[in-house]
Amino acid sequence: MKRFLLAAAGLLSLVGAVHAGTLDDVKTRGALNCGVSQGLPGFSTPNDKNDWSGFDVDFCRAIAAAIFNDPTKVKFTPLSAKDRFTALTSGAVDVLSRNTTWTMSRDTTLGFNFAGVTYYDGQGFLVRKSLGLKGSKELDGASICVQTGTSNELNVSDYFRANNMKYREVIAFGTLDETVKAYESGRCDVFTSDRSQLAAVRLKLTNPADHVVLPETISKEPLGPLVRHGDDQWFDLVKWTYFALLDAEELGVNQKNVDEMLSSPNPEVKRLLGTDGKYGEGVGLTPDWVVRIVKATGNYGEIYDRNLGPATPLGLERGLNNLWNKGGIQYGMPVR
Amino acid sequence: MSDSTSGQALSPHAFVSAAFREPEPPPTSDRGPLRWARAHLFGSVPQVLLTLFGIWLLYAVIPPLVRFFITDAVWEGTNRNACLPADVGHSVGACWPFIWAKINQLTYGFYPADERWRVNVVYALGALLLLPLLIQKAPYKRLNAIVFFGVYPVLAFVLLTGGNFALRHFLLGYLGFDGLFPAGAEVGGLSVAFWADFILSSALLALVAAGISRAVAGPGAGRGAARSTLIVMALLGVVLLAADVNFGLVPVETRLWGGLLVTLVIAVTGITVSLPFGILLALGRRSKLPLVKISSILFIEFWRGVPLITVLFFATYMLPLFLPGQLTIDGLLRALVGVALFASAYMAEVVRGGLQAIPKGQYEGAMALGLPGSLMMRLVVLPQALKLVIPGIVNNFIGLFKDTTLVLIVSIFDLLGAMRAAFTDPNWATPTTLFTGFGFAGIVYFVFCFGMSRYSMALEKRLDRAQRH
Repeated sequence: MKRFLLAAAGLLSLVGAVHAGTLDDVKTRGALNCGVSQGLPGFSTPNDKNDWSGFDVDFCRAIAAAIFNDPTKVKFTPLSAKDRFTALTSGAVDVLSRNTTWTMSRDTTLGFNFAGVTYYDGQGFLVRKSLGLKGSKELDGASICVQTGTSNELNVSDYFRANNMKYREVIAFGTLDETVKAYESGRCDVFTSDRSQLAAVRLKLTNPADHVVLPETISKEPLGPLVRHGDDQWFDLVKWTYFALLDAEELGVNQKNVDEMLSSPNPEVKRLLGTDGKYGEGVGLTPDWVVRIVKATGNYGEIYDRNLGPATPLGLERGLNNLWNKGGIQYGMPVR
Repeated sequence: MSDSTSGQALSPHAFVSAAFREPEPPPTSDRGPLRWARAHLFGSVPQVLLTLFGIWLLYAVIPPLVRFFITDAVWEGTNRNACLPADVGHSVGACWPFIWAKINQLTYGFYPADERWRVNVVYALGALLLLPLLIQKAPYKRLNAIVFFGVYPVLAFVLLTGGNFALRHFLLGYLGFDGLFPAGAEVGGLSVAFWADFILSSALLALVAAGISRAVAGPGAGRGAARSTLIVMALLGVVLLAADVNFGLVPVETRLWGGLLVTLVIAVTGITVSLPFGILLALGRRSKLPLVKISSILFIEFWRGVPLITVLFFATYMLPLFLPGQLTIDGLLRALVGVALFASAYMAEVVRGGLQAIPKGQYEGAMALGLPGSLMMRLVVLPQALKLVIPGIVNNFIGLFKDTTLVLIVSIFDLLGAMRAAFTDPNWATPTTLFTGFGFAGIVYFVFCFGMSRYSMALEKRLDRAQRH
């Protein structure tokens, strides 16, 4: 069934590839169609003002700002993990910004391009402090709660086998909330999931201070936005929106000072903001496209801090997601 | 006979009571609440055990619920900190500020804030029209019913979507006769091509209908068929006109609808469509015409045999793969059609149960009176049959109301879907958010379902005069 669906979707993507020009479609439509998750803390959730907010959401707003100078011109389609790829191939969404892990199979066989890694996630362990564990190498003999049907399940068994450890049992539950309740009621010693998820789960525990996330990350989960094969200009636009957000942070251009920065003598800033050269035209936009982005959503760091950073309830440290010159691996290609 | 006249004064025997004594009250153990309790609560050993069990159950359930939802609950706050036990200083029950913060999301979904009055008008009008319809003594029943079932849906549709659909093609346009009509011309925002197409198509359809009925039923039938076709087309024209005219309302896509709005739209559509369709299908299944019978059976058995989730999933993700690229059907509409067809099939079987319970004598009586088939059904059989199956019908309605939640899997956020999305807001992530949300959703669903159930019981009571003993 799944294979048939994918084959059908692939056929459709071939049909779709004939009339390229996603950017033109978006401009005619007057809005960007953006696929997000149906609710993931910090990445895409409906907020109290009845609007979508979050890290993945802001990325789509940045693209909309670059095209329309208006971050509200986005139509968000909440997609489940099952149907996100069908939605992208069928053209229901122009870009899929839905915490999707960049894997080889998704990149090569499904007919998608990953525009970059907006968030480096990885699987971690949440344990009770009372166990006195220092690291995940001491988890030998533990019982582990995990959500069923996720790659987390596979990663755990891989990790334990690779480190010559044995777990007592892996208990899998259908939904996240069930899994968390089971962990909290003591059914198992360890709860494992992606680290961003662990941070969100910790907020729901009765005594968050009694629990701690172990330092090790046991899997690579690079999350990023995807576009369809067949429209390289659109791919460039999405990719460079991501780089522009990083470059803006690296060069100190933020939502507050962007207007002052327009008169900056720094040649890199001048090229980025379009006061020197016409680099924006390369992605089908006007030279001041980055000014619009930064005014609307802020740079990468501001988006991160607003949705995930230490000041938010999630309180996720930048870690790997810091800029390359600040100890992380986020590296924006230069505008020149 | 002096005995018969013996009164108090005449009695020679002082020791004989002159009057009957008032009966003694029964012993205290056999009257008042105590007697009631003995009879109903502590009559026998199993009864005592059951009573004790009941009391224990109440004790086990009620105080914790009251504690969670009322006494320990937090009532005010602006974010999750208000509901954290560490910040509040005692154990926290329900986190009601979470519901207040999300109430708009739960009622309207992403419906734009400036346009919410339209949803409110639809809610209010619906209630205003429905209430007198339900009260037996209210006047103007027929007019009320016509407005509620005929005018209101169109009005609600225009209000909720914003109307102003740029209609461009009717039948002939889709059949490839585009060239007949001026393409761009408009009068008052209405496309000339569309309306010319519509009028021409109606005339053609009337001609075809007249021709067919002439051929089938003889020369006299043509005129009647043409007239009824034109009436149907005129009604359709009014509806299309309402959808086509620009009332100056901002269009709101169904993608932005959500919460209770979607739940009610789906449930009400499903309920109002499934009853007439169900009756038709039930009659069709008992029909003597083989084609009608077989197609009814096929329809009913197909939709009853497929899970609703499959229907919804198929309609949402498979249908677009089969349809040509530019032809898209609105997502909510697809779900609506799926739910309506599904509910109709179930309703048909309920109604069929009622039809089977009507004794043959009723049919024969109606025939003996000379009633034609349609009148026999309308005046004799259906009123009795439907009355018999009211519990089944309402059961279906209630089931349908709760099944609307399944649209969540096709990315339509009904009340429960909006609630689940709200759970993911990190600003409100607390240990009790989940329970508060589900508790609230449960209360809302219960209010609607209990209302339907109570009304149906009142209706049954009113209608079963003939059978009451």
